[in-house]
Amino acid sequence: MDALADNILEIHDLVVEYHTDDAIVHAVNNVNLNVKRGETIGLVGETGAGKTTIARSILRILQTPPAKLCSGEIIFENENLLELTEKQMRKIRGDKIAMIFQDPMTALNPIEKVGFQIAEAIGLHNEVTGIEAEERACDMLEMVGIPAYRYKEYPLNFSGGMKQRVVIAMALACNPMLLLADEPTTALDVTIQAQVLEMMQSLVEKLGTSVVMITHDLGVVADCCNSVAVVYAGEIVEYGTADHIFNHAAHPYTIGLFNSLPRLNTKERRLKPIKGLMPDPTNLPTGCKFSERCPDASDKCTETPLGNIEIAPGHIVRCSLAEVSA
Amino acid sequence: MAVMLDVQSLKKYFKNPMGTLHAVDDVSFTLEYGNTLGVVGESGCGKTTLGRTILHLLDITEGKLFFEGKDITAPTKKELAVLREDMQLIFQDPYSSLDPRKSVSEIIMEPLVIQGKLSRADIRTEVAQLMDTVGLAERFENSYPHELDGGRRQRIGIARALALKPKFIVCDEPVSALDVSIQAQIINLMLDLQEEMKLAYMFVTHDLSVVKYISNDIMVMYLGQVAEKAPSDELFENPIHPYTKALLSAIPEPDINNKKKRIIMQGELSSPIDPKPGCRFMVRCQYAAEECNEAQIIEECSPGHFVSCCRYKQINNMN
Amino acid sequence: MGDTAIKKKKKKSRFGEIWRRLAKNKAAVICLFVIIIVVLVAVLAPVIAPYPYDQMDYSAPFAGSSKEHWLGTDKVGRDIFSRILYGTGQSLQLGVIATGLAAVLGIAIGSIAGYAGGWADILIMRALDIYQSIPMFLLCVTLAAVMGPSLRNAIIAIGISAIGGPARLMRASILTVREQEYIEAAKLVNASSTRIIVRHIIPNSIAPLIVSITMGIGMNILGGAGLSFIGLGAQPPIPEWGAMVSEARSVMREHGTLALYPGICIMITVLAFNLLGDGLRDALDPRLKT
Repeated sequence: MDALADNILEIHDLVVEYHTDDAIVHAVNNVNLNVKRGETIGLVGETGAGKTTIARSILRILQTPPAKLCSGEIIFENENLLELTEKQMRKIRGDKIAMIFQDPMTALNPIEKVGFQIAEAIGLHNEVTGIEAEERACDMLEMVGIPAYRYKEYPLNFSGGMKQRVVIAMALACNPMLLLADEPTTALDVTIQAQVLEMMQSLVEKLGTSVVMITHDLGVVADCCNSVAVVYAGEIVEYGTADHIFNHAAHPYTIGLFNSLPRLNTKERRLKPIKGLMPDPTNLPTGCKFSERCPDASDKCTETPLGNIEIAPGHIVRCSLAEVSA
Repeated sequence: MAVMLDVQSLKKYFKNPMGTLHAVDDVSFTLEYGNTLGVVGESGCGKTTLGRTILHLLDITEGKLFFEGKDITAPTKKELAVLREDMQLIFQDPYSSLDPRKSVSEIIMEPLVIQGKLSRADIRTEVAQLMDTVGLAERFENSYPHELDGGRRQRIGIARALALKPKFIVCDEPVSALDVSIQAQIINLMLDLQEEMKLAYMFVTHDLSVVKYISNDIMVMYLGQVAEKAPSDELFENPIHPYTKALLSAIPEPDINNKKKRIIMQGELSSPIDPKPGCRFMVRCQYAAEECNEAQIIEECSPGHFVSCCRYKQINNMN
Repeated sequence: MGDTAIKKKKKKSRFGEIWRRLAKNKAAVICLFVIIIVVLVAVLAPVIAPYPYDQMDYSAPFAGSSKEHWLGTDKVGRDIFSRILYGTGQSLQLGVIATGLAAVLGIAIGSIAGYAGGWADILIMRALDIYQSIPMFLLCVTLAAVMGPSLRNAIIAIGISAIGGPARLMRASILTVREQEYIEAAKLVNASSTRIIVRHIIPNSIAPLIVSITMGIGMNILGGAGLSFIGLGAQPPIPEWGAMVSEARSVMREHGTLALYPGICIMITVLAFNLLGDGLRDALDPRLKT
């Protein structure tokens, strides 16, 4: 229990804005998030909710400008990542914290042998000889289910699923403590997605890596996450264990999200969408950001500054209507 | 219901330097007025090519097409022009399917302008009505597609497809580029439109859970061929083909309490270039046997339920 | 992109829309202003020039700047300032007409190759390959020599020799646009090939061409200057900037300013066209943030 409760990453009051010529996009607004050692946390939300911005802030790979890390802290191993120099940051990137991007097609260098790309990632952060790096790269390939003899092949000989496996091998090559996976299976077919998720899960379990899984797919979350943070308009609106959130979703947005999903095991003939659209991030409503679309919204939602309510141990909801349950 | 579209042994081959790609290989089905056929499969299974071929955006290699009883396999230019008013397409990508330099109203009115039956003023009213039908506020008429979100863009695509009052629409993954909450809005809209305008849909998608909501029948395709075809509920309750089973089990369900047992398939999709006569799913199939090397015949295993697997009886313990 | 993001827009003319966007780009506006001045000067040269371009003053060759001759005089005592003003029209004609000729021919050839594809494409492109392997300047020289040295012939020579660029660009962008789904969408509603090319393909592929064309004007002013420099362009005593630089060549060391002033004029004009081209490209694309 103690080992699990230990946080590997803590984000405090993170605020990120994008400054364009004529507007300020409020991409991330006061986000607090803890990632426990060895857990997989799902960051769920729709396009433009700010999920990717959060992940990119952790690695400090946002384009600045236009992005601006306004305030907050990101504590990793007792250090605030936002205060490190670029040189220190480079040591952490790829070594202690690795990231997988959505599109495996563009994440690999097309004119470099796949094995070499993995070996390069190993060599960058470890004092190893070329041969050692190559051996480890071969091991990594085998681990993600690609025969080592394909070391010398180029990405164009690989299908999308295989490429994503290579990308995962690259990310895990230095045995990172934290893996940020940004929609790692969205570009893949379902049967391939199933393969890759299964492989990734067992690998992460074996290596004891903590994972931040960014996705829009609640199915993927149900499948492989221990806890869930639901992101809406740059805020975390609900946070808790996966079990608790799937069984006792409390925020109207989370509930709406579940309702709008097409399900295999119901006989319904009509879906229940959430009305309206995400608010314009350059012009967010005061109070609750979801109030415009919320079926239960009242005046109090737009007036009172919102607080987080812990409705059950470890289950936090950012909604003034939420009630503490027994 | 009467049959509207009858597709008989449709084939579409592409020649490329590596050989002949059998993108659609001997596909047959019928579609009744006002019904929806869901066509499901993974990338490269030929579902998109099938839709494009039926709409004559691609030439037919072999096979026959009948629409409302007429043979439309090889229409003349004039016949095709008439046909296009009855058959339309909703595209997958609401970004690349709308001309970025045309405003919303220009995009929606183009079919009517080309048709040339209405006066300018009538076209304006018609466009306003179409925008209303698909739930686009009037204030967007002079906006450009890039200024709108994916859901609204897809509504533009739908309005344009509806402009000529078609009877049959091929929907090519119309919601897969959209977020779930928006996806539900668009699916409901399409259901409403179908009811109002008595449309028949061919709904092409990779997402089985979406297609369930909208289809009367579902056809599962694998590498250019039909693996299984059945009424929607039947297919979900009683999948027969090993590929359908694997596909169903691979969908991540947003349900944490009853995690289903996954069938993890071996290997990946290949592409059907100069395929051997046997079952194309064989290399990934856990039940593969010697007899799978023979050409597969599609069989009716129960009324309305067709499957293309020579071992389906053994696999499913049926007699 | 909430509801508040988009207010009902009033229908504006396409031109007004482009103008509004262009006006936001300060550099482009300044360049447009410069070009307007250049054009005005070209037209009004006979009115505003203090001397006729060919009035010689043997008493004052190579005079420096003075009240009478703002920029001095050349070796036969002609007023440099007046000659530059008169030369504007010649240089501009060279640049604009030659480029226009190249653009029209190039777009036509490129469109045919790009849209038709197949054998027509192969034939046209191989012919262009051969054509372009002949050095442009040599081609100009030959053409100008065959047709005789005159400004008109120089324009034709430069125009014809410059079709390769726009033709290739047009073909390339048509090939890209052709594969877009909205072209398929247009076919589905019975749009004719002409309509598809004119309404969808050209508007979507013209942006890189606009830039290339405006920049081409600058290039061709330089090219024309080159032709005049070797005596195949504007014929003396008619002044042309390039010819003026050429004439100043022999006395470059002693009287550098003689070449400097027309040189600066060439530079400013070319730069103005280039930057305006950049601005236009952005203004023509509604996808770019306004």
